[in-house]
Amino acid sequence: MTRLRNALGGEVLGLIGFLILVVILFGLTAPRFLTAANFGSIAFQLPELGLLTLAMLIPIISGGLNLAIVFTANIAGLTLAWVLNTHGGVDAGFEWFVVGSLGALIVGALAGMVMGLVIAYTGAHPILVSLAMMIFLRGLGEFLTKGGDISGFPDYLRPLGHGLILGIPVPLILFAVAAFVWHILLTRTRHGFAATMIGSNIRAAAYSGIHTKRTLTLIYTLSGLMCAVAGILMVARFNSVRVGHGEALLLVTVLACFLGGVDPFGGFGRVVPVVIALIVLQALSSGLNLLGANQHLSTAVWGLFLIGVMVLRWVAAQIPKRRKG
Amino acid sequence: MHSFLRNYPTEAKLLAVLVVICAALSSASPSFLTLVNFTDLLNNNAVNVIWAVGLVVVLIAGGIDISFAVAASVVQYLCVFVFGWIGGGNWAIGFVVAGVLGISLGLINAFLIHQFRIISIVVTIATFNAFFGLLMFFSSGRFLYNLPGWWSDRLILWEYETSGGTWAEIRLPVVVMVVAMFATWALIRHTTTGRQLYAFGDNPEGARRAGINIALMQAIAFGWMGMMAGIGGLMQSHITREVVPNALYGRELEVLAAVVLGGARLGGGRGSVLGCFLGVALIAVTQNGLNLMGVSPYAFKMVVGLTILIAISMSNLDFSAMTAPKRRDL
Amino acid sequence: MAEPAIRLTSVSKRFGGVQALDSVDFAVDAGEVHCLAGENGCGKSTIIKIVTGVYQPDPGARIELFGEVVEKVTPQEARARGIAVIWQDLALFPEMTVAENIAFETMLGNRPRRVSYPAMRKRAVAALARLDVDLDLDARLNTLPIAQRQVVAIARALVSDARLIFMDEPTASLTQSETDALLDVVRKLSARGVAVVFVSHRLAEVLDISSRVTVFRDGRLVGVYPTEGMTQGRLTELMTGKHFETTVAARDVTGPPVLEVQGLTRQGEYADVSFTLHAGEVLGLTGLIGAGRSELGHTLFGMSRADAGQVLLDGKPVRFPSNRAAVDAGIAYVSEDRLSLGLIQPQSIADNTVMAVLKRITSGGLISPAKKAALVDHWIRELAVKIGEPTDAVSTLSGGNQQRVVLAKWLATEPRVLILDSPTVGVDVGARAGIFRIVRQLAETGLAILLISDEATEVLANADRVLHMAGGRILGEYDPRETTLQGLEAAIYA
Repeated sequence: MTRLRNALGGEVLGLIGFLILVVILFGLTAPRFLTAANFGSIAFQLPELGLLTLAMLIPIISGGLNLAIVFTANIAGLTLAWVLNTHGGVDAGFEWFVVGSLGALIVGALAGMVMGLVIAYTGAHPILVSLAMMIFLRGLGEFLTKGGDISGFPDYLRPLGHGLILGIPVPLILFAVAAFVWHILLTRTRHGFAATMIGSNIRAAAYSGIHTKRTLTLIYTLSGLMCAVAGILMVARFNSVRVGHGEALLLVTVLACFLGGVDPFGGFGRVVPVVIALIVLQALSSGLNLLGANQHLSTAVWGLFLIGVMVLRWVAAQIPKRRKG
Repeated sequence: MHSFLRNYPTEAKLLAVLVVICAALSSASPSFLTLVNFTDLLNNNAVNVIWAVGLVVVLIAGGIDISFAVAASVVQYLCVFVFGWIGGGNWAIGFVVAGVLGISLGLINAFLIHQFRIISIVVTIATFNAFFGLLMFFSSGRFLYNLPGWWSDRLILWEYETSGGTWAEIRLPVVVMVVAMFATWALIRHTTTGRQLYAFGDNPEGARRAGINIALMQAIAFGWMGMMAGIGGLMQSHITREVVPNALYGRELEVLAAVVLGGARLGGGRGSVLGCFLGVALIAVTQNGLNLMGVSPYAFKMVVGLTILIAISMSNLDFSAMTAPKRRDL
Repeated sequence: MAEPAIRLTSVSKRFGGVQALDSVDFAVDAGEVHCLAGENGCGKSTIIKIVTGVYQPDPGARIELFGEVVEKVTPQEARARGIAVIWQDLALFPEMTVAENIAFETMLGNRPRRVSYPAMRKRAVAALARLDVDLDLDARLNTLPIAQRQVVAIARALVSDARLIFMDEPTASLTQSETDALLDVVRKLSARGVAVVFVSHRLAEVLDISSRVTVFRDGRLVGVYPTEGMTQGRLTELMTGKHFETTVAARDVTGPPVLEVQGLTRQGEYADVSFTLHAGEVLGLTGLIGAGRSELGHTLFGMSRADAGQVLLDGKPVRFPSNRAAVDAGIAYVSEDRLSLGLIQPQSIADNTVMAVLKRITSGGLISPAKKAALVDHWIRELAVKIGEPTDAVSTLSGGNQQRVVLAKWLATEPRVLILDSPTVGVDVGARAGIFRIVRQLAETGLAILLISDEATEVLANADRVLHMAGGRILGEYDPRETTLQGLEAAIYA
């Protein structure tokens, strides 16, 4: 048991406990909760929030925040939509999807890179820089679309948003791959290592020869890249692009990171607990939905749930002190 | 002047930028530097300033508040019911009710932060979701128009007919803004409690050892923010004559940008009322100027975002470091 | 017998599983200058925090302040009775002005009152006048150098009409002249009946002005001794419970030159510095704080660039654009500020160890956990670091073991030149010998070591040659075998 605990970390077991609790609770109260259809809908809803949360994760670990994730995703999606629409719309060839997606990824990475450069080389606070970028990108998007929707995409996009491979939703596969890449990035690469160290103490990291400016730039570039992946997925899932779509998810991604035990001050955070936290949030939301509540009640419950978990963590931290004292 | 430059470097730079922008705009558009435009700017941005001076107190004390704009919506909504329940009310009751409701919501944040040692960004993101979700759930997103007359009737406190026949007027929110600015300035500059807030944000451990009451600091900072949120919400409904549950969603980040632009530091210990005003003014004037110059409204935000991005990059660059030999470049 | 200012009897304090204080007694007389000595973690700070009400003692303690038994000491209570502390980290407010910091006392209290800036300035002026120093009252504290901040902290204690002042490691960041000025102030305070307690593990400079010294070890009282006839050596023995021989390790080094510095100059920091460091040599570089020693170290490590002169490594001129280039060229630098620059405290011992050699543990683009574990294991054994698990946070280690982790991190880069900047700051006396044993062994293997330290005893005992630096210039070279401590100190403090 202790070995398992060490391997997974306390927060993973705690979150799995919550997940089980949520499943049992809704399993008993909402008759359709424990059905394949419900799990399917969770599996289709999770990836969009999940990808954005991954985009938020690395900046938080590095001691910052990226408030521009949703609009970066929108702008990236817009890039893809523009490429498709200028090359035949519904009749655009698959090669244009590839070109458009590459364009989206480049645009996303570029938006992130600009933020990273400003943060790294001027020392401005990430919250402020990403906030300015968010306002800029929203403005840019609204300027380009005049506030409207862009739609009319080729049919072959459908499977990306709604298809199944071996019974597993394609978006979920995409998310799983992204999460795995992020996990490897954080635990096994020099960049991930540097990002973590920077999150704890950037000056000491620099003294040890870590290239802090390059690392910071790369952190936000990667975050932007992940936003672009989310943006492409959103195009496929909704068959339209609207600037502002998913805006409500911004603070939910931060919430999911904190719920997953990421240190708000930076330096500590892992992909696995964050993914479990995301599943808990989606399960809560879909369970409430089945009980007849709307998305807004879920939002409220998410907020209350985060408070509850933080309070429980505080209580857990108190217990060993008492016992020893 | 010298000590102003030294002790308020960000505010001084911001003021200079604002003057340059105003000068440029007044030569580009004849309608910029007019009394009517000036009073319009004040009327339209008073609520943002009210929130900004509330938020700056939280930032000075080393915290951050994401929840205040949705808290203001909650206050607006509850106010409608309270006023209906007591059969109307008036401005005095309105300020008290909105203020008290706002303070209560702020104290929820302060309690969670202090009692459970959770940092403010986590708490206020959680309460942001909780407040907003509950509000939308219970209101079902419905707009409310049945505001009491005193609340929705426009209150013009000063007016002046210009030679062109247009009216320059100062409405109630501007006066409330001035009072809020003055009260906040008095609190943070001239009371011992205010100076303790600075000290607490600057060096929490030092403040604790000096015997400052930490719980009280959190309560005052978030209580003040809550009060300003509530009063700002009251003013917002006065201007729009309706209560829309999700109308203020997203405003928190705009106000935050303005306050930090105005020299408040994320992390505590620095910030001023003047800075709040200038921060809001910079964004407002930029938008206003673009409007007068006939730029598409869709492009406003883009330019505003770019302005903030450039402004923070500039204000964080140390120009002396560029001329002097480089010291420690890592 | 003078009247006691404070008298504490059978004070105990437990933190979780740690007995920080075990039934100790501590008394200070009015107007006395008293030393409280002990290694890190001996309970010195705990007892200050109990006297000042930051912590409450475990039941059974009796606290008598100025003749009155006080049941529960709160920070307010302690201050009201005239007890002030100047903390090692000063506990000042960097964003506030000098005047506000000094007169901060006037702003305390839960009931809001109007702040009177003129009254505050008046008090600040008065306090500074008593110290005979002149500071700009409107300057923000963070624009002042550390020594002046210390003055502010002392002035703050004076404002509150303190009758007993604790000074926690007050001289750690002061130059000699600043220390002299501080001791002067202490004499004045003592003459007016204010008791002063120096709390430190480095007491040479304050021994002669104090009358008694109380020694703690491992949370217990060792004893109270008159300072008459007390030496630093005897004090060290009392603090550690061990006996140390001071020997001179110097020998003739015949290795080839590794690092040659020729006429190196950087405006405002150091000027015309020339020396040669040989393979296998430990070259001491001493001088007061502000002499330009650390600044020189920064340039050699590529953290700053010289305006003139050149550096040769193995005979070839080098110029590092960043410290990464210096690391690649084989230069390692152990920072004097271990807490905030040397290590990343909350992160694990393993991660701190491998931080500078990530390339070496990477295969196929990914960090190899096996290679990482092997490397960490190797260095922990090599340097005999006492740890629990390699995954524990480095902050859980003692100062001496933390410094070993710093050494491990740099030795893993296989450097040619190792710059040690004040490597024993915050390291217990007992653990220092262990650090220097490692330094000596490294020199034996041919590593060229530049040992920067402001402690003359340390460089004399451990270096092969000693350079004396003052005002940014090298003033002299000494052979430890032919130099007495008195001789070197006379040169340094001249």
